[in-house]
Amino acid sequence: MDLSVSLGSLTLANPLIAASGCFGYGVEYADAVDLSTLGGVAVKGLFLSERQGHPPPRIVETPAGMLNAIGLQGIGVHRFVREKLPELRDRRAVVFVNVCGTTIDEYCEVSRVLSDHEGVAAIELNISCPNIKEGGITFGCSLTGTHAVVSAVRKVTPLPVIPKLTPNVTDVASFARAAEEAGADAVSLVNTFLAMAIDVHTRRPKLSNIVGGLSGPAIRPIAVRMVYECRQAVKLPIIGMGGIATADDVLEFMIAGANAVQVGTANFVDPLIWPKLLDGLRDYMTRHAIARLGDIIGRLDTTKRETAWISS
Amino acid sequence: MLVDVDAAVISNARLSDDYSVVALAAPDIAAHARPGQFVMIKPCRGIDPLLRRPFSIFEILRDGDGEPAGISLLNKRIGVGTSLLYDVLPGSRIQCLGPLGQPFDTIDPPAEAWMIAGGVGLAPFVTLAEALRGRGTKMRLFYGARRATELYYVDEFERLGAEVTLSTEDGSRGERGFVTVPLDAALATTPAAREVRLFACGPTPMMRAVAKLAARRRRRCDVSLEQVMGCGMGGCYSCVVLTQAPGGSPHFVRSCIDGPVFDSTRIMWDALTH
Repeated sequence: MDLSVSLGSLTLANPLIAASGCFGYGVEYADAVDLSTLGGVAVKGLFLSERQGHPPPRIVETPAGMLNAIGLQGIGVHRFVREKLPELRDRRAVVFVNVCGTTIDEYCEVSRVLSDHEGVAAIELNISCPNIKEGGITFGCSLTGTHAVVSAVRKVTPLPVIPKLTPNVTDVASFARAAEEAGADAVSLVNTFLAMAIDVHTRRPKLSNIVGGLSGPAIRPIAVRMVYECRQAVKLPIIGMGGIATADDVLEFMIAGANAVQVGTANFVDPLIWPKLLDGLRDYMTRHAIARLGDIIGRLDTTKRETAWISS
Repeated sequence: MLVDVDAAVISNARLSDDYSVVALAAPDIAAHARPGQFVMIKPCRGIDPLLRRPFSIFEILRDGDGEPAGISLLNKRIGVGTSLLYDVLPGSRIQCLGPLGQPFDTIDPPAEAWMIAGGVGLAPFVTLAEALRGRGTKMRLFYGARRATELYYVDEFERLGAEVTLSTEDGSRGERGFVTVPLDAALATTPAAREVRLFACGPTPMMRAVAKLAARRRRRCDVSLEQVMGCGMGGCYSCVVLTQAPGGSPHFVRSCIDGPVFDSTRIMWDALTH
């Protein structure tokens, strides 16, 4: 049974990647989860320097989901390569580093630092965080901005470059196309949906940042649709995400066209979810006599089917 | 050692219309838990509510041979999750992850431990009192609530050897007013040469007031903070508390893995109560 999948030049042992912002720097989970058994680990977004993030409250629950406005609190790329990367390397994790920037130069500089260190498998470009004002989503919401960041980073690193796309645009497929034209190796989608929750008794927003990003099962059908649209638009490998909590959810994204997936919010609910998801994928492969999991990628059947009562 | 148990509910004892004690069969968590640690509970099946909730481990339950068999939680009905837990029936199952977080320091004689609890903030102190009794450490409990009917487990603390001082806001039992009133009086009459360590858990204004008294009397005070928590594992960065080391600049630390127990002098209380 072969669960491995390819993302361009990268081959992952399986399609499951821990989603950035939902898995700390990976090391937090290293005693509970064998990191080497994951397809990959996408660590928390990194700027050049440390960043404090927003004051609490930073999360609030909503129906079948949650809003977050963490504000990219982080230790910065230099401390990351010094303090976290060696352990990730020792644990044989396939490390995707989520790279942030307020300017194109910062994206390039962070990527350059990472490229100089052993143990980074790929760069995920965060051009889609809805919770910070400068940089990030301002690039991700403009086709020229997306193209500019991706092509600039492409020039400074030999590592695979994977822009993470925002769903907060009219046509996400056009952004996948812009990324492809700029030389991206893959795209990942979707980041969270910009959203809001209000305490009606106090009339105050439930998040200190007023607005935040919606994640969890609530967004899954929209994310699946967006992955499907991107699959039609580009040849690039796609990392799909948005509310995945079961093996069936993983399969849904893969059939829609995702080569790999990320799991985020579900890891909060169950940090020991990974072997359960892998078991579920194996069960599916057994039941459907699938030898290579990669064979289901994009294999959505949209042919018209006659129903029995019509033909009889 | 971290485990996730699909724990059977042994009992759910209603203490009042708001409070209950939920006993869970979770021997592995019970065997590894240290005083002041917490568990993450999924109060229902399904995805609404989605996230787990943090609960202090209230008691370690033991079987007839004295072996750890489970844990209990002191639950106060406040929101959706705590309401579900209040209504949970014996025999049903609850996903329970733990033990998590930094425990209390257990101190040895001649140092004394003074525990200060407000309302449901009593939760982490049974396990601390048991550990302290095992070390022969003298202990006091200052325990405050709104009214007499909301003071629980007083006999249990007395059985464990704690000197208990009660207070209620309406004066229906113990001293009238906040728990800090008898605490302040006791601190004022205790010679500086006697080593006293304070441990506080309760509403944020109470812990802040205790921290202030401790600073004035030059006593170390550890507080157990309760923050909105997403994962309990250090993954989400939602439960952060603004802290400052002496000479350092303020920064947010995660209360799930750096806490929930903190030296009160590290906490930037203005940011917490804001």
